[in-house]
Amino acid sequence: MVDNKGLVGSVRFVEYLVPRVQRLGIYLALVVFAAYYLMPLFVMLTTSLKSLDEIRTGSFISLPRDIDFSSWKIAWSEACTGVKCNGLKPYMLNSFLIAIPAVAISTMVGALNGYTLSHWKFKGANLIFGMMLFGCFVPFQVILLPMAIVLGKLGVAGSISGLVLVHVVYGLGFTTLFFRNYFVTVSNEITRAAKIDGAGFFRIFYSIFLPLSAPIFVVTIIWQFTQIWNDFLFGVSFSQAGTQPVTVALNNIVNSTTGVKQYNVDMAAAILAALPTLLVYILAGKYFIRGLTAGAVKG
Amino acid sequence: MFTRFEKQIPKIVLAPSFSAVLIFVYAFMAWTVYIAFTKSTIMPMYKLNGVLQFGRLSRSPRWETAIENLFIFGILFIAISTVLGLLLAILLDQRIRSEGALRSIFLYPMALSFIVTGTAWKWILNPGTGIEAFVRSWGFSSFKFDWLVNPDFAIYTIVIAGVWQSAGFVMALFLAGLRSVNQEIIYAAMVDGISTRRIYTKIILPSMAPVFMSAVIVLSHLAIKSFDLVVALTGGGPGYQTDLPATFMYAMAFSRGDLGQAAASATVMLMTVVAIIVPYLYSELRSKNG
Amino acid sequence: MTDKILSIVGLNKKFGNVDVLLDINIELESGGFLVLVGPSGCGKSTLLNCLAGFEAINSGSIEIGGKDVENVSPKDRDIAMVFQSYALYPTMTVEKNITFGMEARGVKKEARDANLARASQILQIEPLLKRKPGQLSGGQRQRVAMGRALVRDPKLFLFDEPLSNLDAKLRVDMRTEIKKLHNRLNASIVYVTHDQIEALTLATKIVVMKDGLIQQIGTPDEIYNRPGNIFVADFMGSPPMNLIPVKAIPREKHTEIVIETRGEHKPIILKDLRLELLKSLNGKTEIILGLRPEHITNLENVTGQHKAVSECVVDVIEPVGSDIFVITELGGKNVTARLRSNAYVELGKSMKVVFDLNNASYFYPKTGIRYDF
Repeated sequence: MVDNKGLVGSVRFVEYLVPRVQRLGIYLALVVFAAYYLMPLFVMLTTSLKSLDEIRTGSFISLPRDIDFSSWKIAWSEACTGVKCNGLKPYMLNSFLIAIPAVAISTMVGALNGYTLSHWKFKGANLIFGMMLFGCFVPFQVILLPMAIVLGKLGVAGSISGLVLVHVVYGLGFTTLFFRNYFVTVSNEITRAAKIDGAGFFRIFYSIFLPLSAPIFVVTIIWQFTQIWNDFLFGVSFSQAGTQPVTVALNNIVNSTTGVKQYNVDMAAAILAALPTLLVYILAGKYFIRGLTAGAVKG
Repeated sequence: MFTRFEKQIPKIVLAPSFSAVLIFVYAFMAWTVYIAFTKSTIMPMYKLNGVLQFGRLSRSPRWETAIENLFIFGILFIAISTVLGLLLAILLDQRIRSEGALRSIFLYPMALSFIVTGTAWKWILNPGTGIEAFVRSWGFSSFKFDWLVNPDFAIYTIVIAGVWQSAGFVMALFLAGLRSVNQEIIYAAMVDGISTRRIYTKIILPSMAPVFMSAVIVLSHLAIKSFDLVVALTGGGPGYQTDLPATFMYAMAFSRGDLGQAAASATVMLMTVVAIIVPYLYSELRSKNG
Repeated sequence: MTDKILSIVGLNKKFGNVDVLLDINIELESGGFLVLVGPSGCGKSTLLNCLAGFEAINSGSIEIGGKDVENVSPKDRDIAMVFQSYALYPTMTVEKNITFGMEARGVKKEARDANLARASQILQIEPLLKRKPGQLSGGQRQRVAMGRALVRDPKLFLFDEPLSNLDAKLRVDMRTEIKKLHNRLNASIVYVTHDQIEALTLATKIVVMKDGLIQQIGTPDEIYNRPGNIFVADFMGSPPMNLIPVKAIPREKHTEIVIETRGEHKPIILKDLRLELLKSLNGKTEIILGLRPEHITNLENVTGQHKAVSECVVDVIEPVGSDIFVITELGGKNVTARLRSNAYVELGKSMKVVFDLNNASYFYPKTGIRYDF
């Protein structure tokens, strides 16, 4: 099965090597770094709970004097994202409408692809895999222009479906990679046994491979959801006023040139936009990490 | 019986994805590269015009800045992320009590959109309200930290935010790599009386070479594609001082209506990525599939 | 003709430009137990995969149960296979593992249950039916794999090194199980192994392979006592057959075999009384004498006429309980003699041994082929 070397370590010899004083130094260094990492989150949170006056007069690190949730309400339903001022809510919905189908489709297709590439080798299979793999690394700038044209020709320019299409197509490389690397660890003899038993392509997938792929499904879904939800480039290139995902809306709110800069609203909006992926991370972080390292630590 | 159909099923299953990749990746790439050799402006023109776009590109001061920034940002971003990631991994590898919590803390930025990251750091690095103001409020009235709006230093703010986002990922890679080092070799070295430092430098770090490779490859890729972060943090400014090839391309394509330049800059970005990724992929696939 | 369950004619297979199987011709009669044996890389597993239909062949034909199976998919070849790693379906119970294939083939529930019951009973896996493969021991998994094969009721069973993953004791037990199964069901079996003991104990017919070529086909007795060439002589049997370079001098009514010993000791001179040998010699004097360790032994053990007694210097003594192996140097080679455990031997001293030339094989030194007479 899948090798579960994970990140939670086994015996660490270094315990013997490092005397007490150095150990204190290590903890100290880690605390400093942890502060560096938590600081932005902390600042975002506290700023979002302050009134504009307090922001202007206080320091950016200080805790709010009175907790004020009004900026959150504004961020959610009243902030201006260009011409409209409906807050982040409609755009959160857009992101869900884009992400959920895109994740579902790219994951299912990736699963079938990965299964095919690992257990039904044919001449040129490796080439196909290589070409799909390379597709993951392409800088998307080289496809922006033609994609815009094609989306227009297909009649889905600026629509949610158009964005779903884009995310599915460019997510296939990764999902295929994840599933293929996972299924490769299943012995070929199992497929052969099933073939002798008389099972065909789809029955083998459905009865044998699907039941054992729960872990990689989770990893892939989390990875895909995070990638798609956090995407900005495709969102800003292929959406229009009503169909923008939340990242584009957030950027509009923060960088709007009209009116007074409402930093607290900006921060609240940023946190709102980050909530879904942050929640996923907190709840299923272990799988997220596995997904990150699965693709890169191949050697 | 082996029907003809049965034998073709694998190919049929892969066909949609493969065709999608062929069209949406390779055909599109080819189209963009082709356009880079034409005189296209707002609309694409298909008459080939030699390398005039690339000539224009190389003479454009904005592009020159973008490339320069890419080097500065890229090298700093990759170097610092790698070093920091390695450092964090080594620190976390020391059987720390709250390892799980600390690991989550260092990694959570990767779950965020670059827009969110950019927004947060924009606030922190804002001279009027962020760090500069904070330190000044402590009495250091002449403390300057206006990098964000300083044309010469703004690019470094992108490094700071970028490293914050990505070092955790490098840490995760190195941690996994450190933990897969063969224990017995370490024990043998200890028995031989080799010092801690030498065990790290002569045995462990060298065996991390593949992980280094992976980390550098992924970071380079992130650096070249950097777009969201710049948009959120500096908007490419002040002026064009923090432009990167990605933002240059976007501006040419969608604001300036200069498709030829957009395509040319995209092509240059592609060539850079290809030069790095292709040899890596080739050697990986070869060693895995024989 | 119809008694042949398997007929391979002129089979050749290449991987790219490399020949992995050359001119394979094998026949197996119904109810036979064919063992393909040889060192790693000899092509035995590849041949099995060709029989199963997982590898295509370049030329030749394969007939299973009288039917040509070219272009026939594995599931329609009327075969069943037991894999080295057992290849049980990891997420299914033992029961489901065994009935999966029947379900895929559309066998009705009553028939499925009946087959399952019969197989479970024969293999004694009834208590395991509700468990999953991860909860079974190696031997149990083996039996489930065999159960899965059994319910197919095939014409031919294929076994791919099924005992390699078991520890030594379990291997011996399972070997007996397989033999019993063969006898009980009168099944036709093709069995691949690298273990020559398995081959000798299980087979009714052995095919010894090396580098894609068949070295010899024969019954265990033929393979063991009349090896067709030096490779087979050396590979089969443990400890291997002694292969001693000797001089063969033709005399009037016998052949004189001269064996050099070490240093200043006198050479050993033996008489092989077989006239056929004399005739086959054809003037050759350099020859290889092949004698199994048990044919160089205590005086008391040998019967028959072709005895030759001599003295050898004891170099190494290896007591193994029931016997003592003594290693001495003859013809420049280390030669192993097998003596009863009550023999008296002393390191460095001479001992008397009998060479039982009854069972001697002779080989051409250059080609390694047997003098067949």
